[in-house]
Amino acid sequence: MNMEIITNLAFVVSAVLFILGLKKLGSPATARQGNRLSSIGMLIAVIAGLLHQQIVTYEWIIAGMIIGGIIGTLAARLIQMTSMPEMVALFNGFGGIASLLVGWAALYGADVSTFSVVTIFLAMLIGGVTFSGSLIAYGKLSEVIGSKAVVFTGQRFVNGLLLLAIVVTGIMFCMEPAADSPLLFTIIGLALLLGVMAVIPIGGADMPVVIALLNSYSGIAACAAGFAIDNNILIVAGSLVGASGIILTNIMCKAMNRSLSNVLFSGFGAVKQGKSITGEVKPINVQDAYYILEAASNVAFVPGYGMAVAQAQHVVRELGKILEANGCEVCFAVHPVAGRMPGHMNVLLAEADVPYEQLVEMDDINPRISNVDVAIVIGANDVVNPGARDDKDSPIYGMPIINVDHARTVFVLKRSMASGFSGVDNPLFFKENTRMLFGDAKESIAGVIAEFS
Amino acid sequence: MEVVFLIFILVLSVFMGFELISKVPATLHTPLMSGANAISGITLVGALVSAGAQQTEIATWLGTAAVAFATINVIGGYLVTDRMLAMFKSKSEAGK
Repeated sequence: MNMEIITNLAFVVSAVLFILGLKKLGSPATARQGNRLSSIGMLIAVIAGLLHQQIVTYEWIIAGMIIGGIIGTLAARLIQMTSMPEMVALFNGFGGIASLLVGWAALYGADVSTFSVVTIFLAMLIGGVTFSGSLIAYGKLSEVIGSKAVVFTGQRFVNGLLLLAIVVTGIMFCMEPAADSPLLFTIIGLALLLGVMAVIPIGGADMPVVIALLNSYSGIAACAAGFAIDNNILIVAGSLVGASGIILTNIMCKAMNRSLSNVLFSGFGAVKQGKSITGEVKPINVQDAYYILEAASNVAFVPGYGMAVAQAQHVVRELGKILEANGCEVCFAVHPVAGRMPGHMNVLLAEADVPYEQLVEMDDINPRISNVDVAIVIGANDVVNPGARDDKDSPIYGMPIINVDHARTVFVLKRSMASGFSGVDNPLFFKENTRMLFGDAKESIAGVIAEFS
Repeated sequence: MEVVFLIFILVLSVFMGFELISKVPATLHTPLMSGANAISGITLVGALVSAGAQQTEIATWLGTAAVAFATINVIGGYLVTDRMLAMFKSKSEAGK
């Protein structure tokens, strides 16, 4: 009894540290410290957990921790910053499966109340959905499987049936819970299937929403597992993560002007094409780009996922430095859904040593975009598509964009005239003040830098 | 009463979470997600009991697997978040 009080007090301390850690994440200056506080909170929680009086043997715990520790350390050290979305997706899945397993194992406990069984069912269901859904998300992001939305007729009907089956087996299971019940395996199977079905209809450009949502699910699953085993800290930490994921999901949806249900249930791609655009594209060469930039006093870079693919962030930073030395004001305007996960571009630019003061958000740059002499669009497409603002027929109409076309001059760095991830034409390329710099983004920028020296 | 108490905790933490997270700037959303990932590895604390209580052989196996997965989340999540956050430098720090 005494021990239990100490354990719970330790959990209070770790909850406080998690909360302080998240609070310090409010500014880049204190964020790293916040992450450390949070990890100390975790350490305290784990040590308190290890002192649990039901634990009689430590060999399996140690074995599991060593395996997990090695994999986790290697993954964290070796991962490329461009591949962060895949890694976060995969880790979401691991959180989900862990909750599923904890729920399952809890069935072997001495006496399980009806309330516990319901929460065990929820932990397994949400954990299973998170796991398989995250694996599909991982596959799509790393392009192991096609990133296109998979939609077929009767999809909603099949999904509805699946949900119904889960509810029915869930109720049956809760009435007669047993660790070896065939219903248990049915539930796990159905949950895994539901996760797959939930993520396949979501296309590549919507992936940031999905990762954020799965992030939230992994927290909710931990929370349900906390209810199942009567553990406060699981509930607190799980709900913090759940809330975080939901907020990010909401931000992403707003940034695309789509409702969550629209993202989740209607595959993109199958939509009508907007007005076909005619006009002349004005290409520019590296030398002319240099002349314009040399004279510019205010330059905004607008990066997109293409910058990550071309690994161009370092040369971009280099050019930014040179322009600054030339007396030019430089900033990097990042759209909320640029890249494949929330904030992805910022991490890549930070990796390239861009100071965080120069990273500006869409709502900060748009009011002053007309003062920008040159907006350089690198590998971004849909997030700067004026069609989203002006063309009611455009499939992405209503999505807030960075209004680069209002800048005095726009450079678009692009490999070819192919359309963006959503497959929508971009009228920006045909605007009077737009110049196309064709070729590999990295080489083009390097070329401009060479002109400066 | 126990259940009510747990729900009480849940509701308060959700509100707290909303308050805290909505103050995180967009610049830090990726580290926020990977950090949240690490926190969701809290399942580890629950998994410890399953792996160590010697209830049945299957429960031990399930628990051990859960410990391994959750540890990946915790260790990997915190390390990679730290790695990312270390790259965010202010203007004065970034100048070599």
